[in-house]
Amino acid sequence: MQLERLADTFFNLQVMQQYLPKIVEGFFVTVQIALAVVLAGIAAGLALALVRAFRIRALNFFIILGVDVLRALPPLVLIIGFYFALPTIGIRMSAWVATWLALSLVLAAFAEEIFWAGILAVPKGQWEAARSTGLSFVQTLTDVVLPQAVRLTIPPLTNRTIAITKGTALGAVVAVGEILYQAQTAYSFSYNPSPLVLGAAAYLILFIPVVYFGRWVETRFAWKR
Amino acid sequence: MGGDRPILEVRGLHKSFGALEVLKGIDLAVRKGELVFVIGPSGSGKSTLLRCCNRLEEPSSGSIRVEGVDVMAPGTDINAVRRRIGMVFQSFNLYPHLDALGNVTLALRKVVGQPRAEAERAGQQALARVGLAEKAKSFPNELSGGQQQRVAIARALALEPAILLFDEPTSALDPELVGSVLAVMRELRESGMTMVVVSHEMRFARSAADRVIFMDHGLIVEQGTPEKLFNAPEHPRIRDFIASIEH
Amino acid sequence: MDQLIQSFFNLEILSQASPILLSGFWMTVKLTLVVVPLGLAGGLVVALASTSRSRLVRWLTVIYVDFFRAFPPLVLLMFIAFGLPFLGFDPGAFVAVALSFLLNTSSYYGEIFRAGIESITRGQHEAARSTGLSGPQTMAYVVLPQAVKNVVPDLVSNTLEVIKLTSLASVVALPELLFAARQAQSLTYNATPIIAAGIIYLVCLWPLVRLLSRFEHRQIALH
Repeated sequence: MQLERLADTFFNLQVMQQYLPKIVEGFFVTVQIALAVVLAGIAAGLALALVRAFRIRALNFFIILGVDVLRALPPLVLIIGFYFALPTIGIRMSAWVATWLALSLVLAAFAEEIFWAGILAVPKGQWEAARSTGLSFVQTLTDVVLPQAVRLTIPPLTNRTIAITKGTALGAVVAVGEILYQAQTAYSFSYNPSPLVLGAAAYLILFIPVVYFGRWVETRFAWKR
Repeated sequence: MGGDRPILEVRGLHKSFGALEVLKGIDLAVRKGELVFVIGPSGSGKSTLLRCCNRLEEPSSGSIRVEGVDVMAPGTDINAVRRRIGMVFQSFNLYPHLDALGNVTLALRKVVGQPRAEAERAGQQALARVGLAEKAKSFPNELSGGQQQRVAIARALALEPAILLFDEPTSALDPELVGSVLAVMRELRESGMTMVVVSHEMRFARSAADRVIFMDHGLIVEQGTPEKLFNAPEHPRIRDFIASIEH
Repeated sequence: MDQLIQSFFNLEILSQASPILLSGFWMTVKLTLVVVPLGLAGGLVVALASTSRSRLVRWLTVIYVDFFRAFPPLVLLMFIAFGLPFLGFDPGAFVAVALSFLLNTSSYYGEIFRAGIESITRGQHEAARSTGLSGPQTMAYVVLPQAVKNVVPDLVSNTLEVIKLTSLASVVALPELLFAARQAQSLTYNATPIIAAGIIYLVCLWPLVRLLSRFEHRQIALH
């Protein structure tokens, strides 16, 4: 008897059917934001790390400062800040952009640190050998150092990226139409938590393969301590 | 008069790793106070033989008895049996988070259940026996390889085992540190400890071993006194092997 | 410039909002002091479970960890906060947050502990077992002390993440710092409280970030 009520409440097929299209819509929005965040964040992080390789004191100071700030602030605070605080000084952006920007900046900060540590870890001898054969600074960086550095950075980078893309759910707080938002809205319209179950399933479908991919990457590129 | 019953009795020991049979039927009896030296090419199964004796490897078939106790029997308390068998490893395996005294006394405190003060006294004694009494508070990373191995020996000694198994104890040491460890092993023998040593230190075998065993491809090919094995072995393979090691 | 100061650094608004912000801050601290130890303990249990000799236990552990690492924490929180009442009990916001955080953080901490345990070489196990120490004794006196020491940087890193995670509690109306800031903002129509909250987070967490940066460099360099 209890089981029936449970099924009716959490697995109400009628409600699920009704709101499935919305959840699917939200699924695509989630994927959209996640991809945009990953691309922007990693590209920006790599670019910043490369800039840091030129060791220009003044620039580095700002890079380090910015990275520290972005690693210390909760992403949700950033999203709220971009969406609610910035408009008061005239900078407006959509909720989607606010979410994307916040998450990308955070990922960029972590990625920069990871790439930089990887670059530093390539032995100085590699630089010396390459330069002594006449390769320029940039050539050495791109053809000798980076390939080695990237290998070291893949496991921590994958982990961090996965963690941050789960932050796309935070977009629901500012009404971005991703999975959680759709599920929440459906829940408040129907007074039934089944859409939440549907939303949970959608996230699992999305992220379980991602986590397994991450695990595979970790073991493939693992280094012993 | 040597002990009536062998301290270690191995009968028909077979061990396979998957499809690879590493031990193809080993019979061995080690009497009290004997120093048995095991030599042979790599892959011959010497280490595996040792590791089966305290069940770090599970034998595929055969029997192993230590002081009459069947190591393989399901009812045997393996932790209690292991107190009677001391093992010294090629890579020392000292606990890096404990100092020398801590390494030596851990089992005394947790397995034997001795109170700390008593355990530390016994531990100091063991360390003194290997010549490292003053290093009790040093951590493994502060000690040389030879010192670490001697602490490992003290760790095994502290439990007052009936037999000590040495798995290539000096192979990971720089040549100039080997002597200090061999000296300890010699002293142990003189005091009557039963020992089985897997090693390439032929000179040590010549001078200290009671019996030398040559193993190849998972079988004992020949065994006898050092004089016999080193000077007049029946199998020419053995002569070649020893010649290649001693160069 | 003037507008910037008026909107973001308005001292008058700040003094109005400071009581709310302060109580929000304390709630964040309270939450952290509950959630972090819970997560650490849970993680240790999970890691030990992953070393179990029972295949079933190991398998269940893997499922648990993969599940809660795949599940976005906010979604889990909403699920527990809004779903549980339908099952008959309403635990309140704090418990809902604590429970969802426990589930989430125990899998992350669990993975960290597990990696630490696995990094301890077999030789250590063998040396300990060869002196007669039992499996549990070996774990307690030889393996865990070394494993935990090895993963301290990762533990600190994850703890930083957990502290930042507390801001999620604002979504279920738990009056922690971010919630307080948003409330103050809507009451005063001024963004200063949000900026203030941001600065508070920064001041508290920046030292941890610096510390971690040092660790990370050492870690990658020691590959």
